[in-house]
Amino acid sequence: MILLPCPNCGPRDEGEFTYGGPQRQLPSLDGQSGTDDWLKALFHPQNPRGPMVELWYHASGCEAWIEVTRDTGTHEIIDVATNRLRDDKQ
Amino acid sequence: MGYSGFSLLKHAVTGNRRWPDVLAEPEMRASYDIVIIGGGGHGLATAHYLTSNHGITNVAVVEAGWIGGGNTARNTTIVRSDYLLNASFQLKHFALKLWSDLTQDLNFNVMYEPRGYVDLAHSDGELEHFTLRANAMQLRGADAAILTGDSLQQRVPELDLSGAKRFPVAGALVQEAGGVVRHDAVAWGFAQNAAAAGIHIFQNCPAISFDIDAGRIIAVTTPKGRIACKQVLISVAGSSSEVAQMAGVDLPLTTINVQALVTEPVKPALDTVVNYNAGLSYVSQTSKGEFVLGGATDGYASFARRGSFERIEDVLARAVQMFPFLSRLRLMRHWSGSADIPMDGNAIMGRTPIDGLMINAGWGYAGFKATPAVGWCMANLLATGDMPDLVAPFALERFANGAEQDDAGIGPYPWLH
Repeated sequence: MILLPCPNCGPRDEGEFTYGGPQRQLPSLDGQSGTDDWLKALFHPQNPRGPMVELWYHASGCEAWIEVTRDTGTHEIIDVATNRLRDDKQ
Repeated sequence: MGYSGFSLLKHAVTGNRRWPDVLAEPEMRASYDIVIIGGGGHGLATAHYLTSNHGITNVAVVEAGWIGGGNTARNTTIVRSDYLLNASFQLKHFALKLWSDLTQDLNFNVMYEPRGYVDLAHSDGELEHFTLRANAMQLRGADAAILTGDSLQQRVPELDLSGAKRFPVAGALVQEAGGVVRHDAVAWGFAQNAAAAGIHIFQNCPAISFDIDAGRIIAVTTPKGRIACKQVLISVAGSSSEVAQMAGVDLPLTTINVQALVTEPVKPALDTVVNYNAGLSYVSQTSKGEFVLGGATDGYASFARRGSFERIEDVLARAVQMFPFLSRLRLMRHWSGSADIPMDGNAIMGRTPIDGLMINAGWGYAGFKATPAVGWCMANLLATGDMPDLVAPFALERFANGAEQDDAGIGPYPWLH
C-alpha cells in the first residue's frame, strides 16, 4: 500500500492514481539521435533497486501528472513534484 | 539419494529422523565449464538437462537465497499452453509434454495434475478472440475447446453464472491438458537429480561480479570464491537487471511486484483452474484443500516483495464473482514475488553481447509453466552452441529489429502485462 503525497491534494491512496512508469529522457528530435538512442529510450527503462523518479497521474483527484521519487526496494516516498512546482523552485 | 517404497518404509520405522540431506554442501572448485546463476526452477532444470541430455556435469549453480525460496515456489502452480503467438505457444506446449512425464523422469513426485484450465471471456468480442486462440491451438495440435452456457456450467458446476453481473461470463476457453504442478517439488526434484549427477549447487551464494576479458566472460566471483568458467547463464527473474548490469549488459526490463493468496483449507470443492479475465483473478484448490488465488501485477515498479491491499481486494472481489462461497473463507497467507517484465511482456532468452554469457529473463509472472522446456532448450544452447528453434524468437535483439512478441497486445506498459 502506497500513500502518495500529492502536491495539490495531500496524501492519497495509490488507488486514486494511474501509473505512468519510470521517468525517461527522449532523444533529441534534431536528427542527430541514432537507432541505439531510440532503442534505449523506448525499450530500456531505468530499473534500479532504490530511488527512482517516476510518473503518476492523479486520475481521481487533481488530474495532474506528478513526479514521484520513490525507493523501489522499500516503497519509501522521497520527493514529489509537479512541473509547475519544479519551475517555481528554479 | 533416491526414493523407493522400501526407503520410505525404512525411514518410517525410524520416525523419519534419519533422512540424509537432499542437497549436500559441496566444496567449490576453482573452475567449472558452466556457471548457472540462479537456483530457481529454470536454472535447476537447465542443470538437470545438461547432465541428463548432454552428459555435462562440470557445472555450478549459485543461488543467492535457498532452493525453493524464489519465484518458483511463489507462483500459483498453474501450467498451460493456451497462447496465440506461435513462439509463445510452442515453448509452453513442449513444456506441457515434459510436465506430463516429469515425475517419472526425476523419480520425484511433482504432482502434475491435468485438471483443465478454464479461461473466462466476459463479452462476445472477447469470446471471439478466445475462439481465434482455441483454433490456433488446435491447428498446432493442442487440445482446446470453447464452452458456453450449460456446457460451461457442467464443466465447472461451482461457477456462478446466475443473475446480472457487472462482467457477465460469455463463455470460456478450456484446455484440459492444463492444470497444476507442485511448484516447490519442481525445484527440489531438478536440484536433487542435478546434484546426484555431480553438479554442484551452492545456496546462499550470490554472484557478486563478473570478469570479462576481450568481450568474453571468464569468471564469476561469489562470497565462496572466484569461479573461472567458459559459459555463464543468468536466470534470476526479478534480479535480472541488477545481475546483467554487473556484466555491463542493459536489459529492457521493469521489475514489478506480484502477489498470491491462500485461504484456509476446506473440503474439495473445485477440481479445475479458473481464470477471470475482466481484471485478472485465477483460482484453484490445492490437494490440501486451500484455495490459491492470484491476480495481475501490483502495477508499478517494485523490488519490495511486499504487496498492497489494493490488489488483494481486487483479486478477491473477482474471485467472489465466480465463486460466491469463497467470501466465507479466511485468508491464511499471502506473499509476493518480483517479476521482471519487458515492454512486450514476453521472455528474453539466448545470447548477450558478451561472449559466453547467456540470459534467461523477462518471464514476468508467466515463467513457471515453461520451466522444463526452458531448462531443456537452454541446456541445449549451452552444450552445443546451437540456438534451439523454440528459443530463437525470444532473442534480446528482437527489440532492436522490431520482432516483439506481445501476446496480450498490451503495448509498451510492462506493469500492465
